[in-house]
Amino acid sequence: MGRIVGLTGDEATAEAMRQINPDVVAAYPITPQTETVQRFSEFVAEGIVATEMVRVESEHSAMSACVGAAAAGARAMTATSANGLALMWEICYIAASYRLPVIMAVVNRALSGPINIHCDHSDSMGTRDAGWIQIYSENCQEAYDNLIQAVRIAEEEKVRLPVMVTFDGFIISHAMERVEILEDDEVSQFIGKYKNAYSLLDVDSPVTYGPLDLYDYYFEHKRQQIEAIEISPEVIQKIGREFKDLSGRYYDLMGSCHLEGAELVIVAAGSTAGTVESVVDELREKGEKVGLLKIRIFRPFPAKQIAEALRGVRAVAVLDRSVSFGAQGGPIFLEIRSALFDEIKPPAVVNYIYGLGGRDIGVDEIERVYKNLERIAHTKKVDELVGYLGLRE
Amino acid sequence: MKEKGWKDIPWGGLILEEGNAEEYKTGSWRTHRPVWDEKKCTHCLLCWVYCPDSSIIVKEEKFKQFDYDHCKGCGICSTQCPTKAIHMEEEGKFVIKTEGGK
Repeated sequence: MGRIVGLTGDEATAEAMRQINPDVVAAYPITPQTETVQRFSEFVAEGIVATEMVRVESEHSAMSACVGAAAAGARAMTATSANGLALMWEICYIAASYRLPVIMAVVNRALSGPINIHCDHSDSMGTRDAGWIQIYSENCQEAYDNLIQAVRIAEEEKVRLPVMVTFDGFIISHAMERVEILEDDEVSQFIGKYKNAYSLLDVDSPVTYGPLDLYDYYFEHKRQQIEAIEISPEVIQKIGREFKDLSGRYYDLMGSCHLEGAELVIVAAGSTAGTVESVVDELREKGEKVGLLKIRIFRPFPAKQIAEALRGVRAVAVLDRSVSFGAQGGPIFLEIRSALFDEIKPPAVVNYIYGLGGRDIGVDEIERVYKNLERIAHTKKVDELVGYLGLRE
Repeated sequence: MKEKGWKDIPWGGLILEEGNAEEYKTGSWRTHRPVWDEKKCTHCLLCWVYCPDSSIIVKEEKFKQFDYDHCKGCGICSTQCPTKAIHMEEEGKFVIKTEGGK
């Protein structure tokens, strides 16, 4: 079953796209996503995918073309980063509100300005309210696995929402790792055929997309979107179980965690979760009760599961690789703190903003976070609710 | 028309029934209405060609009447009419019978 190859995150994504063989891909190149689309374009040029590749003039057009294609009944995909995602903004909301299961790989990169091409999560975090399901990946394998599952999640009849799969720019997109690739027919059987019940090209059952929707029905349509994304966790879990049967790799709402007996826990998303994991392994060998909670599904936010997972924990540090300017902390921190509000004995929770614009984070900094958590758990005092890792004063 | 709840409408604002724009009456948007002078009309039907809202009703290849339920009063018909058989009058002079949109 399958094969083991060395691939970068971008290449693993292109490989998943090749196996998905979407009807339409509309994309515009942007660092660090470029190699994904470049490699996929080669597959198109060589005729090994049946995809209609639309070489658009901007990301706004890329997402618009995906919206048109998906409404017409096609399985549509794209990929972008940072400013490209920002340029798609308007159409991202439209894809979600028209209930079009567009699949997009977002290679996380800092938003300008000043201009920066390296990783942080400001791009995808900025679109967290657009109505997309968001899946964060730690490494190349997860980027590949999540993209394949995303097709099923998006197209599930009761969900029908676009899905964004993210992974860290350069750190993952350009790092070569061991990746287990499924057989082509395993993937095509797993994802099945996309059946759009309301296709623009179905002349026997004509349908109108995008009519004016004012105060009389707009609110009801938003309520439907809320319902769809709230129902999605059970679908994500069901598809995760099916994917495990296929690949042996299991995905739940939260990423793999190390929480057995943990008293001091770090919450992280993306590649940093891997760094934290190695620190946890090291400190656990020394007998320290440290743990990791990895964010996988950020939208919808699995608040209940996370609150349950953190029960009995004394202190939590949430690592955010993006800023919500003027808010009470980073986006993940706000969700976690709110999720713990109804707990009878909630742990102390602090926030660390880190890694903006690709600033590296090392094991020593993570060890220091655990030390701070130990002090907070011991003194029950939080001096600084939101701190910064790796920032020069 | 009683408005439906969120569980009873198609998702995404989709309209699944073809040609139902007719149910949406836009006549009340009008500030000026076209008025037809039968004596000047040659039934060339340029008004029918130009009307953007399909509000010129034709019967047996002859102008019959305006569809005031949908005519928005843009005045294109009166501008295009070669014999000046259509002129615009203030809507306020007429009793407004439609309640556009409901």
